[in-house]
Amino acid sequence: MSFIADTVLAEPFAVLDLGAAPQGFRGRIRGLRAFASGGLPAEELERRLLELGFVEGAEVELLHQGLFGRDPIAIRVDSATIALRRREAAAVLVEPI
Amino acid sequence: MNEMSTGLRDLRIALVGNPNCGKTALFNTLTGSRQRVANYPGVTVERKEGSFLSPGGRRVRLLDLPGTYSLRARSPDEVVTRDVVLGQQAGVAPPDLLVCVADATNLRLGLRLILELKQAGRPLLVALNMFDIARHRGIEVDVERLSALLGLPVVTTVAVRRGGTEALLAAIDAQAPAAEAEAAWSAPDAAGLRALQREADRILAAVVRVPDRRDAVTRRLDAVLLHPVAGLVILLAVLFLMFQAVFAWAQPAMDLIDGGFQALGAAVGALLPEEGAAGLLRSFLQDGLIAGVGSVLVFLPQILVLFLFILLLEDFGYMARAAFLMDRIMGGAGLHGRAFIPLLSSFACAIPGIMSTRVIDSRRDRLATILVAPLMTCSARIPVYTLIIGAFVPDRPVGEGAWSWVGLQGLVMFGLYAAGILSALGMSFVFKRLLWRGQPTEPFMLELPDYKLPRLRNLGLGLWQRAKAFLRRAGTIILSMMVVIWFLSSVPRPPEGATQPAIEYSFAYSIGQAVEPLLRPIGFNWQIGVALIPGMAAREVAVASLGTVYAVQDAEEDTAQLGQALAGRWSLATALAFFAWYVFAPQCVATLSVIRRETGGQRWMWFSFGYMLALAYLAALATYQGARALGLG
Repeated sequence: MSFIADTVLAEPFAVLDLGAAPQGFRGRIRGLRAFASGGLPAEELERRLLELGFVEGAEVELLHQGLFGRDPIAIRVDSATIALRRREAAAVLVEPI
Repeated sequence: MNEMSTGLRDLRIALVGNPNCGKTALFNTLTGSRQRVANYPGVTVERKEGSFLSPGGRRVRLLDLPGTYSLRARSPDEVVTRDVVLGQQAGVAPPDLLVCVADATNLRLGLRLILELKQAGRPLLVALNMFDIARHRGIEVDVERLSALLGLPVVTTVAVRRGGTEALLAAIDAQAPAAEAEAAWSAPDAAGLRALQREADRILAAVVRVPDRRDAVTRRLDAVLLHPVAGLVILLAVLFLMFQAVFAWAQPAMDLIDGGFQALGAAVGALLPEEGAAGLLRSFLQDGLIAGVGSVLVFLPQILVLFLFILLLEDFGYMARAAFLMDRIMGGAGLHGRAFIPLLSSFACAIPGIMSTRVIDSRRDRLATILVAPLMTCSARIPVYTLIIGAFVPDRPVGEGAWSWVGLQGLVMFGLYAAGILSALGMSFVFKRLLWRGQPTEPFMLELPDYKLPRLRNLGLGLWQRAKAFLRRAGTIILSMMVVIWFLSSVPRPPEGATQPAIEYSFAYSIGQAVEPLLRPIGFNWQIGVALIPGMAAREVAVASLGTVYAVQDAEEDTAQLGQALAGRWSLATALAFFAWYVFAPQCVATLSVIRRETGGQRWMWFSFGYMLALAYLAALATYQGARALGLG
C-alpha cells in the first residue's frame, strides 16, 4: 500500500491512455503512442489523430460514451468535439488535470 | 499582365474548409439558386458550382469543394479538393482565389488547414464564418492580428444573414486574377502535421480569447441526446416520427395532386371521341400519359417530407450524433459507424446514399455499405407500399386512448422500413463473414459539430433541388417507361367483334403470360409480371404500370380506384408477397449504374443485382406460401 502511495506522490501526473478514461475525465495530452489499428498502419492512425487536433498539450475531456461497452466516446479537444472508439483513443496518452 | 483579359474574364473562386464550417451555407448565400450540381469528369464526386455578380460588377464563378481536414487526401472527395486547390484537377481551371472558410467558434482545426493551404502557395483569403455566433458566445478574435500573423487577408462572415458577406464581397472585388503557377506542395508527415498544429495553436493563443465554456445549448442538448439509453430511445422516436409524418403530413397535398390529374384525365376524355384513331390517342393521353405520370407525381409530397426531415437533421447537427449512437450497433453488423449517414440518405434514394459512401475511407467498408444501401427503403418504394397498404390495411388507429394517434397504416409502413433496415444489417453481417473474413473495420472518427438552428433558406434550396431531380426523373425515365407500357398494353388492338377484354390481345398480356409460370409460386399474377419489368427502370413505375394495365383492362376505371381494384383482385397472400418482394426488390437501373461507377466495374453491380433478386424471390415465396398455409390465400 505504502509503495503505491509513494509512487503516486512521486509521480503526481500519472499518465494513462485516453481509451481507459472514465466519463467526465479531464486531462492534457502528453503524447501519442500510435499502433496499427483497424487496418491502418501506426503512422496513418497518428496522422489522423493529429488532423483531428489530438496534439501534445491540448486539453481533453471525455464528454459522452455509448451504451454498449461504453463505446464509442465523445472527446472534447479544445474547441472541437470528436467521436472515436476506445480502441483508437488508447493511442492518446493523457495526464489528469 | 494583359489588362484586357483581366477585365473580361470571370473570376474563379473555390471555397475550401473543414466539414461543418458553414461552407455550403456561404455558397448558398452567395449564389442563391444560381447553382448546379454535376460530377467531376471521370469521378463521381459532386461538383457544386454557382455564379454571382459581385458589387463591383464582376462575374464570379464559385466552386464549393468537399470539406476536408487536410490536403492529405484519403477519400475520393478529398482527392478532388486537393487537386482543385493545387490546380491539378482535370477539367477545372486553377482558381484565381481560394476562400478558406473557418468556423470562428472552432478555429483550431480550420487554422491548421489554412497553414497547410498557405504552403501550397495559391492566392488565399480567410473567411471567419459564423462570426455572430462566436461573438454571442463571448469568443473574441483579433482579426487584424490574425491577418498579420498569418500574412493573409482575413474577413469575417455571417453566411446566414443578409449583409453578412459584405466584407467577403469587397475582398473578392479587390482580387486580381491569379497568375498560372504550379503549386508546390507535398503531403505532410506526422511531424509536419504536429508542427502545423503547434503553429496554429500559437497563433490562436495570441489572437483568440475564449471564455472557458462550451456552447451551453450544445452541452445541455447532448446530455440528453447522447445519453447512452435516452439517446438511443430518442433516435428511434425521431425515425418513427419521420415515417408517421411521411404518411400523415403529405396526405392533403397528395389528395390535391390526385384530384388535379383525375380532373385533367376527365377533361381530355370529354374532348376526344372513343372510336377510331382519336380513340387510340384518347386512350394514350388518358390511360398512358395522365394516369401514368399522375400516379408517380402524386408521391412528390411524401418524398419532400422525407427529405425535409433528412435536411433538418443534417443542418441541426444531429446526423453525426446519430452515427455516434449507432456506431456499435452498425459495427456489430460489420458496418462502419460512418455508414449510418449514407444508409439514412438511402431512405430517400439509394443513389445519393451510395454516392455519400465516399466519406468512408476504407474501400472494403465502403463496398459493404454500397452493397446493402439499396436494401434501405428508398422513396421510390413509398408509392408501391402506399398503394398496397391503402388497399389492404384498414385506416384506423392501432388502439384506444394513448395509442389513438398511431395509425395502423403508419405502423405497417414502419414495419416495412424496419424489415429493410434489419435485412441491410443482416446482409452486411453475412458479407462480413463470407467475403471479408477476419479483416478489421477502419477506425471510426467523426467530429460532432455544435447544434445550429436550421435556416429556412438552406432548407428551401435543398428541397427545391430534390424536387427538381424528382420531377426531371418523372419527366424523362418514368414518362418514357409509361409510354412503352401503354403501348405494350394497348397494341395490337382487339379485332372487330372481339369477345375478350382488349388487354388480352396486347403484347403486355403475352409478356405477362410468358413470365407468369415463374411468378405463380410467389403468388403474382400476369399483371404484376408486366409491372415488375419496367419497375427495373424506376421502382415507382411498377405502380404506374399496374395503374395502366388495370386502367386499359377495365376502361372505365381510373387510377384513383386502383387500390380498390387491387383489393378486389389480389388475395391478402399476394399482397403480402408483393411487400416481401419490394423489401428486397432488385434495384433500379440508375442505382445499378451508380454501383458500377462507384465500385469501378461491373462485377459488384451484377453481384448486388443477383443477390437482391434471389432474396426478393425467396422472401416472396416464403411469404406467399406461409400466408397460404395460414389460410390467407
